[in-house]
Amino acid sequence: MITVEHVCVSFRSEHQKKWFGSSRTQVLFDVNLTIPKGSCVGILGESGSGKSTLGRVICGLLKPDSGNVSIDGVSIYGDKKGKKLLQQKLSVVFQDYTTSANPRFSMKEILLEGIRARERKGEQVKDVDAELSHLLSLVGLDDSFLPRFPHELSGGQLQRVCIARAVACKPELILFDEAISSLDAHTQVQIMDLLQELKEKLSLTYLFITHDLTSITYLCDEVLFLYHGHVTDHRPVSTLSQTTDDYAKKLLQSIFIYDNEKLDEAAATAAGL
Amino acid sequence: MAQRFWKNKTAVGTVFFVVLIALLGILAPWIAPNDPYAADILHKYESMSAQFPLGTDHLGRCLLSRLLYGIRPTLGLAILTMLGTIGLGALMGLLAGYFRGWVEEIIMRVVDVMLSFPSQVMVFAVVALLGVSVQNVVLANVFIKWAWYARMIRTGVMQYRDKNFIQFSRCIGTPEWFILARHLLPSIAADLAVLASLDVGWAIINISTLSFLGLGVQAPTPEWGAMLNEAKNVLTSNPSQMVIPGVAIVALVSVFNLMGDALRDVLDPKEVVE
Repeated sequence: MITVEHVCVSFRSEHQKKWFGSSRTQVLFDVNLTIPKGSCVGILGESGSGKSTLGRVICGLLKPDSGNVSIDGVSIYGDKKGKKLLQQKLSVVFQDYTTSANPRFSMKEILLEGIRARERKGEQVKDVDAELSHLLSLVGLDDSFLPRFPHELSGGQLQRVCIARAVACKPELILFDEAISSLDAHTQVQIMDLLQELKEKLSLTYLFITHDLTSITYLCDEVLFLYHGHVTDHRPVSTLSQTTDDYAKKLLQSIFIYDNEKLDEAAATAAGL
Repeated sequence: MAQRFWKNKTAVGTVFFVVLIALLGILAPWIAPNDPYAADILHKYESMSAQFPLGTDHLGRCLLSRLLYGIRPTLGLAILTMLGTIGLGALMGLLAGYFRGWVEEIIMRVVDVMLSFPSQVMVFAVVALLGVSVQNVVLANVFIKWAWYARMIRTGVMQYRDKNFIQFSRCIGTPEWFILARHLLPSIAADLAVLASLDVGWAIINISTLSFLGLGVQAPTPEWGAMLNEAKNVLTSNPSQMVIPGVAIVALVSVFNLMGDALRDVLDPKEVVE
């Protein structure tokens, strides 16, 4: 559905060696990625690896220096038509739910923005109120949330509303930029279950950007490892343990070590008792 | 927000004072004790009395009546100037801050040029160029001051343009006018309110200055700056003539400045989130 070919991105450096210099720091090196329809692709990397930048490139917010991003065969940075197609098919959920919603908008207005995006595609939404409560029920909330403002909701609830807003546009692809990393473990599981349910119900495609390997194994079919702007490995989640890449191995190990430590701890407390 | 407003005594007090002054100006024909234009040369420089509560000026006109009638040009022109400046400044600042690229380059370079001239001198230059009249004074003030506001509002807009809710709107292709009018404008409304009330204070002083120098409101129209101008000739013999419009200007300007500070506390976006 989306193909990313040979994308390179660089930014102008803050510290220039020469006066009026124009040296640039490259953050993405020749990234290739295909997102098949109906799949869930995860992009995994530590902070500063360029995964959010890749997300911005795919969203159509950042034009790459070279390379091409296309949706259903239409290049999105080529002309207005490609961008419009992308805007109709893509929706986003961000990491920081505190700034994801306009603090001056009620939940109703927040969701209405998504519904309006759907109307721009030429689809008539006849009963807006029914649609609003349908959207809220999709994410497990009820109508009483409609008049409330972002600061009156908990983080998990607000993130659910953000997901409802993303779904309200009737997208085919949703990009999650660290969408669950800022939530606590219990809420994370709830949200991931919700996402899986929505994916089946609405036959969506997911692109999942995160630094958390466990959530990828929970949700994704394929995973792409990004290290300092380079794609180091790209494989199905089922063969994750056979990865040949050092960085991916390190990530995997860190989780196992952590788990072992936890086991040891548990054993120690058990012995103490 | 209304609750925070009523709790803030400075905000309530200053807004009440400004509304009171505005009402006095609007109702001047009914509450002024005398005709502000009626000269009576035999009773000039009279001290306070029942007929002339604040005394009379060099032509024997009632000072209180002139002060009350003077609210209209003083406050009215200042608010008109403020609306023009903030309107133009906000538009330019929004465009420059949101669209970036060449739009920003053009607007901000013009702003840089405007800011590199001393504003007072530029106002004189514009008035001298266009001719002495009230409209030209307002035009000159708007023309000189908008650049300051464009720059400040652009900074405010830049804080918000990379916020996630705006990124989301751009991702799903929300029309630009919606992002500007519904997301960005309300976000910077608090800054705008503060700038606006501070600007009124500045405009009152500036219009009064021009009137004092004889470039603004012309005699015999009662305007506080023009009244000061008329009184300066008798500064040594009748100092009270200058005190009355002087105190009025100082009080009104201070109230607007205080109101700016108080409004900032009331409208602080940090507290909106809380």
